[in-house]
Amino acid sequence: MADPLVSQPVQAEEVPSMWSGMLAVMKRDLLIAFRQRSDMVNPLFFFIMVIALFPLGIGPEPSTLQKIGPGVIWIAALLSTLLSVDSLFRQDFDDGSLELALLSPQPLFVLAFGKVIAHWLVTAIPLILVAPILSIMLFMDGDTVKVTLYSLLLGTPVLSMISAIGAALTVGLRKGGVLVAVIALPLYIPVLIFGTSAVEAASMTLPYAGQLAYLAAFLIMALTFAPFAIGAALRISVTSQ
Amino acid sequence: MFESLKRLYHKFGSPKYFYDITGRMLPWLVALSVLLLIPGLIYGLGFAPPEKYQGNSYRVIYIHVPAASIAMSGYMLMAVAGVVVLVWRMKMAEMVAKSVAPIGASFAFICLVTGSIWGKPTWGTWWVWDARLTSMLILLFLYLGVMALNAAIENAQSAARATAVLSIVGAVNLPIIKYSVEWWNTLHQPASIRMTSSAIDPEMLYTLLSCIAGFYCLFAVLVILSTRCEILLREQRSSWVKKLVGV
Repeated sequence: MADPLVSQPVQAEEVPSMWSGMLAVMKRDLLIAFRQRSDMVNPLFFFIMVIALFPLGIGPEPSTLQKIGPGVIWIAALLSTLLSVDSLFRQDFDDGSLELALLSPQPLFVLAFGKVIAHWLVTAIPLILVAPILSIMLFMDGDTVKVTLYSLLLGTPVLSMISAIGAALTVGLRKGGVLVAVIALPLYIPVLIFGTSAVEAASMTLPYAGQLAYLAAFLIMALTFAPFAIGAALRISVTSQ
Repeated sequence: MFESLKRLYHKFGSPKYFYDITGRMLPWLVALSVLLLIPGLIYGLGFAPPEKYQGNSYRVIYIHVPAASIAMSGYMLMAVAGVVVLVWRMKMAEMVAKSVAPIGASFAFICLVTGSIWGKPTWGTWWVWDARLTSMLILLFLYLGVMALNAAIENAQSAARATAVLSIVGAVNLPIIKYSVEWWNTLHQPASIRMTSSAIDPEMLYTLLSCIAGFYCLFAVLVILSTRCEILLREQRSSWVKKLVGV
């Protein structure tokens, strides 16, 4: 029998890899989202309602709506991302899961990345799926609808990553909502510009591949750098409370 | 050389040393900015030759261009200070970054206001959605975001570290924003002064350079004054501050 006073060599436990840690976080967040569907559906309703308000406010003329359509869809997408992102880290911060994530053997930015991906899947995918219908309601045609879909598919992950930085910075504060908007909105501008101009180019039957390529470049850059910023921001928010 | 630089860096990290050395630098900086600004502005606003097409309205550049330049370099200064905060946890960098934000935002605002005053007679409108104007407006928004975040967090150190992250993210984004806005719409003339050649008359150029240098000195003075206040506030419990204010 081993002497209890002499410390025994610790059996090297199998530490889950970064990849499996990220997948576990993603799976957990998706599960939570599917159990409370309102979190998933509300940003979508918001998106649809904002777009429906524009014809009511501006007038139902097809030519006008066709002209402002791309901008309306993009700004609605941007606002609904902003609204939904506030809850991204809030629950985990309140119940202490974030502290555990901080202490876990996997780096924090990987786990945060998993959370952002899950959040994007839950809030942005429904929005992207509805966007073609809404763009038809705004009198956009054929190619334009397709490009709207592509541009949202490339652009919304960037929006999610950027707003996750804002959410991570403000998660420790009681009134984070408006602050996230003030922080994140200026950083959205490049995505907004290239997203709307891709759709506009398509509506004028001009080539739009260049704008989509720019969006893809933003996406790659956001995927590469933003997780580190999110991780650093979460660490500051959690350790400074 | 490297050793002495390192020592200087560590010295500047000490609030007391920073307070002392900036106290000795301040009179010189004030004098320098007065010497550069007063003649530069008087000559620029009153006596420099009028521009061929714009007449006298061009004179606003003696304020507009320095303000634009300082607004941008101020943000960069804040981001560099942010890196120092996050990597080396230097307390002085926190205070400098905090002081730069409102001052840089003011210069961005001055740049926008003077630009629109110039735009009215020249372009015929107070505002156009042109690339340069828009990106300066966005720079002002970025400053406001940084200031809002700093104000929202109570603990000074964590506020500084959070704003450091935000200002670095902003600094990475700034060139992207600038080029995408430029691609989006351009009406503003390109920069007239370059390192190698310049498109403006030497008489105007030297006046302008004097104003730019003077405004930079003024910016330094303002940042130093504000940082010194911040030092006194944060170090109010330390013995040297108590001795200084005579408590």
